[in-house]
Formats: sequence, structure tokens, C-alpha cells
Amino acid sequence: MAAKTLYDKLFDSHVVHEENGAALIYIDRHLVHEVTSPQAFEGLRLAGRKPWRADSVVATADHNTPTTGWEKGLEGIADQVSKTQIMTLDSNIKEFGAKAYFPFMDKGQGIVHVVGPEQGATLPGMTVVCGDSHTSTHGAFGALAHGIGTSEVEHVLATQCLVQKKSKAMLIQVDGQLGHGVSAKDVALAIIAKIGTAGGTGYAIEFAGSAIRGLSMEGRMTLCNMAIEAGARAGMVSVDQTTIDYLQDKPYAPKGALWDQAVSYWRTLVSDAGAHFDQVVSLHADDIAPQVTWGTSPEMVVPVSGKVPNPAQEQDATKKSGMLRALEYMGLQADTPIQDIAIDKVFIGSCTNSRIEDLRAAAKVAQGKKIASNIKLALVVPGSGLVKAQAEAEGLDKIFTAAGFEWRQPGCSMCLAMNADRLEPGERCASTSNRNFEGRQGQGGRTHLVSPEMAAAAAIAGHFVDIRNI
Amino acid sequence: MQAFTTLTGLAVPLDRANVDTDAIIPKQFLKSIKRSGFGPNAFDEWRYLDHGEPGMDNSKRPINPDFVLNLPRYQGASILLARENFGCGSSREHAPWALEDYGFRAIIAPSFADIFFNNCFKNGMLPIVLKEQEVDLLFQQVQAQEGYQLTVDLSAQTVTTPTGESFSFSVDAFRKHCLLNGLDDIGLTMQHQDKIRAFEDQHRQAQPWLFN
Ligand code: SF4
Repeated sequence: MAAKTLYDKLFDSHVVHEENGAALIYIDRHLVHEVTSPQAFEGLRLAGRKPWRADSVVATADHNTPTTGWEKGLEGIADQVSKTQIMTLDSNIKEFGAKAYFPFMDKGQGIVHVVGPEQGATLPGMTVVCGDSHTSTHGAFGALAHGIGTSEVEHVLATQCLVQKKSKAMLIQVDGQLGHGVSAKDVALAIIAKIGTAGGTGYAIEFAGSAIRGLSMEGRMTLCNMAIEAGARAGMVSVDQTTIDYLQDKPYAPKGALWDQAVSYWRTLVSDAGAHFDQVVSLHADDIAPQVTWGTSPEMVVPVSGKVPNPAQEQDATKKSGMLRALEYMGLQADTPIQDIAIDKVFIGSCTNSRIEDLRAAAKVAQGKKIASNIKLALVVPGSGLVKAQAEAEGLDKIFTAAGFEWRQPGCSMCLAMNADRLEPGERCASTSNRNFEGRQGQGGRTHLVSPEMAAAAAIAGHFVDIRNI
Repeated sequence: MQAFTTLTGLAVPLDRANVDTDAIIPKQFLKSIKRSGFGPNAFDEWRYLDHGEPGMDNSKRPINPDFVLNLPRYQGASILLARENFGCGSSREHAPWALEDYGFRAIIAPSFADIFFNNCFKNGMLPIVLKEQEVDLLFQQVQAQEGYQLTVDLSAQTVTTPTGESFSFSVDAFRKHCLLNGLDDIGLTMQHQDKIRAFEDQHRQAQPWLFN
């Protein structure tokens, strides 16, 4: 039999039907949140349809939930439109059913891409979809996971299937040893710097190589999370012992004999030697420095030791005008050393970097220090209630609050600023999230994407610093 | 879904690469539980000078006179001319909903982000990929000539300029069929119910833990 990539194995094993070059693929896990689902449930209702398999659905509220005021319950949600959306998810799940539901303020609630894996609701070999582009995160488990639009949410609810065309396969091979202070986030940004935000368009990316094998599941999730920022709908990592160890004893992971049966299947979820990739990109882990974005697209990124680039040196006219626009929006001068850029706010959170390992890394930097006087707000927003509880059990919350950070309730928060956590016009933020688009963290807000340790170090110094020197 | 066959309409040039879905429809409008009414807030942060929130009377807001969609000559445009990687970022279908509600039926660009591209088809809107030089040419022509209209013919897979110059584009057969006939995807998939059931049974046998 021909050698197959992990992507081939995942895709081919879910094809229900093929016609005109499009395949109907079966979906094993459907993650649902409050923002992209109401219109889908409404569509089902109008058409008199029922979910095909409600027990494939795992739902939580995250995008639009407040991170303060929980003591007042639902009444604490000042924004009535947000409250309606959160309550609409409640009523839809009640009406249509789900395998698991972590409503607003539940101890299991959190960002959907943090919740799925930590509950063991994301498993190797699954097809996973969610009405959210960062669904690529779940590919870290050797799953085929990608974001879908609301019409497709309705389609999956109604039919358990999705119409898909097979993507091309890209292998991103990262070998070597990551240096001190260099994290999965830096690897993700370095990859985007290399291939661009459209580099992965039309591809499913597999991340491989010794540096990837060396990452924890948290790190692999950070990397796969950012596959979409490289233009790829799906990112993935082959299954190994790290994957299996992470899943053991997770609430929704199989148990007993089923576990053994599952593990023996999961171990086959690796790309075969000699499998064909349409494109191969290689990076050396040793060359990767901590990264800081300077512009309004994740590809506008440089090492922390670098400078804001100069558009005068760009030949391509479209790129050059994009750079000029970005510099103006970001309020930056060309050739400014990155470490001279002072910041106003710090955000540690999002589905990219809000897991326990991220919080530990940031806390280690913040321990015994104080945030700089120019920092107006430094937020730590754990990815889920479980992450929050774990962090509190380890005393991380105390470290953060002693240093002057605010310790908040879980949710998406200032990653997209749908709730009250946001930047004001002109404010500059060191953020561990994934998008630095114009207005992403609040209209006129200026976002610099960094790793958790870099964000914590910037909070302490008041400007970007090279974590490798600390 | 509304069918798409041919369209002749005014084109508007949005000369920026990597236009993301946050720019197409800012997050505060995603709080809505409806799928209509997003048009007045398409490109909100570029289109208006103040900060927009759901529920505002958009007709009373100060508009940005420099933003291309606001120029009098482009009022009533139904074809959006864009640059590479249009629609990157989030999966929010509110982006195509907003563009469609604004009045766009076709978007022409050298490349699109995957999820956005896909979402367009679900809403009777046609995303068209032309070669970079072709898009460049259209940009030049639309900027040079007021009232510049393009004709899009889905069944012939062509975009035709006012002088009769024609560019062809490719489109997936299944999507073309659905769009030409305004077919509901769910209805089509339901025709394969038996296959889905059969697959599901065999999948359950092979990986019972998925159904636990
Ligand atoms: S944390 Fe940010 S990127 Fe992740 S799901 Fe929430 S809004 Fe999307």
C-alpha cells in the first residue's frame, strides 16, 4: 500500500461519499460556542430538523462572557445583547441536546479550544469541527480539525457530515533544540514569518521534527492553533507517547479495555515513511529567537533583538503600502529597536496561550517582581475553569496579583475584545493571543503578539525585553 | 439560498492586501443572534469616523469621506475588487453576511482565505480568483473610469469588462451547481442519509470509543 501522510489517513478514513471531486466527510466531534451557533440552531428549527447525533456536540460559552462580576451571576453581564446570546446557547442546548455542556460560570467552562482537549473530548483520529477558525488547535492530537462557518455548523448538526475537498499536504519540519526562553509561540511566529499568512492557504499542515516531538501537548496546541494564521485550515502533529500520556484519565477519554483498543489504533496515526507532501518547509529550532510582531498581520514579525522594518527597503508595491499603513496604525517609526517600544497593557490569555503551562511560564518571570509604572492594566485570563483551579492550587494567582496583574475568570476576553476587556484607541499591548489585526483588541488598539514569558517580562519592564537575557 | 447566474454591476476597488474578517465586520456586531442586518456595519471601522456599536442609528453616524466605499461614484456597487488573501482571519460567517447585506454578489481577488471563500458560496455570493495581473488591470480600469461595470457569468465562468475583454476563472463543479440552482446543501447531503448511516455503523464498530 502506498505510504500515507497523517492527513491522508485522517481524511480517507472519514469519507462517506465522493462526487465531483468533493467528499462528504463524517464528523466525530462538534464543538459549539455562543457566537457562531445561534443562527445555525435557528436554521434547524425553521426547517424542522433535529441534530443527527447530539452526543457529538460539546458546548461552552467563551467568546462573549465577562471575566469579572461572576458573583452577580447572569445579572452581572451588563451588556444585554451579550447576555441574550449566552442565554440563547443555554436554551438551544436544552432543546437540541449535547454530550457535554459547560455553561457560563460552570467550573468546566472556558475557551472551547482549551476545554475540548482538557476534557478528553478531543481524541486522536477524530474529525473535529467548530464554528471558529482556531479549531486547528485540536490537530495537536493527531486529529483532523478545522474551523467552519455558521452554515456549516448547521450542516454538521443536521447531517453529521461536511462537504470537503481534500487539501494539499504541507510538512513543516522543525529540527534541533529550542533555546532558553524560546517557546512554541515563537516557533509558530517564526514559521509565519517564513511562509507568510497566506503560505498555508489550501494546505493541511503537519508539524514534525525533533523540536516538535520535544514539545508538550500544550506547546503543540499553541503551534497548531496558529496554523490558521499561516493560512492553513488545519494543522496537525502525529501521535506519540506524549499525546497518549496527556489523554490518560481525562474525563471523556475512553477507559479500561476501550482505552487499550483506542491506544493501539492511535499509534498508527503517524505519517508513513516516504509519504508524499506537496510542499516541505524546514526550520532549525536553534535559529529561532523570541518573536514580537510589529504590524497588523502575524507575518509582520521580527526577533526581539531586531528592529521595526523599513518600508523603503521593500520592493513589492502592495507589500510596501501595507507596511506603511501598518506603521501608521501601530504608531511606530521604521528602524526602531523592538526593545525600545513601550507598552500600555498586557494580556496573557487566549486559546493560543492560556493553558497551565503558559501560566506557569509567565508566573516564573513575574515571581517576586512588580509590573512597571507605565502599565495601565496587565490581565491574566486562564483558558478555562479547570486551568484556573489548577493555577490557584499551585499559587500562581498569588504570584500574579502580588506583581500587580489582575487575575480574571476564564474566557476569550481581550483576544477579541467582545466583552468589556479591550484596548482603548492608541493603546499598545503585549498580547499572547494570535491576531494583531487592526481593531482586533479594541478599535484603534495596537497589538504585539508574543509568548507568555515575553508578555510577562514586558509587563515588568514596561517595554519589550529579550527574555533570553533574564 | 439565492441562485447566482449572471451579474452585471458596478465594481468598487478595495486596494489593500490581507483584508481580514475583523475588518469586514468588527466583533461587537457578532453579538447578534440573527443572520441579517449586518450590511450597514460592513467595514465599520473604515467606513465611519466614530466607534460603532450594535443598535446605533447608522444613518446618523459620521462617515469617513476618504474610504472607497463611501465615494459617491461607487454607490450601489455589487462587485468588490480586492487584493490577495481577502477574508483572512476568523471563520465568522457574519463577514459574508455583511458583504451580501451591503449589496455585494461577487468578489474578485487574486486569492482568498479558505474558510471565507467557502462561506461565500453558502450565501449565494461568488468569490472569483483571477490572476494577479488580471486583477491589477481591473484595478487600473475601475479607478480610471467612473461607472465601470463588470459582467460575471457563472455558467460560462467569465468576467467581462466594458470593452468586452473577458477573463475566465475556475470554480468547483459541485459549488457551481449549487450556486446556479440556489440549492440548499443540507437537502443535498440528506439524499445520502443511507450512506451516512452505513458509514456510521461501520465507524462505530471500528472505533467504539467515539460513540461512548
Ligand atoms: S481565544 Fe481568541 S482566538 Fe481563541 S477562540 Fe477565543 S476569540 Fe477565538
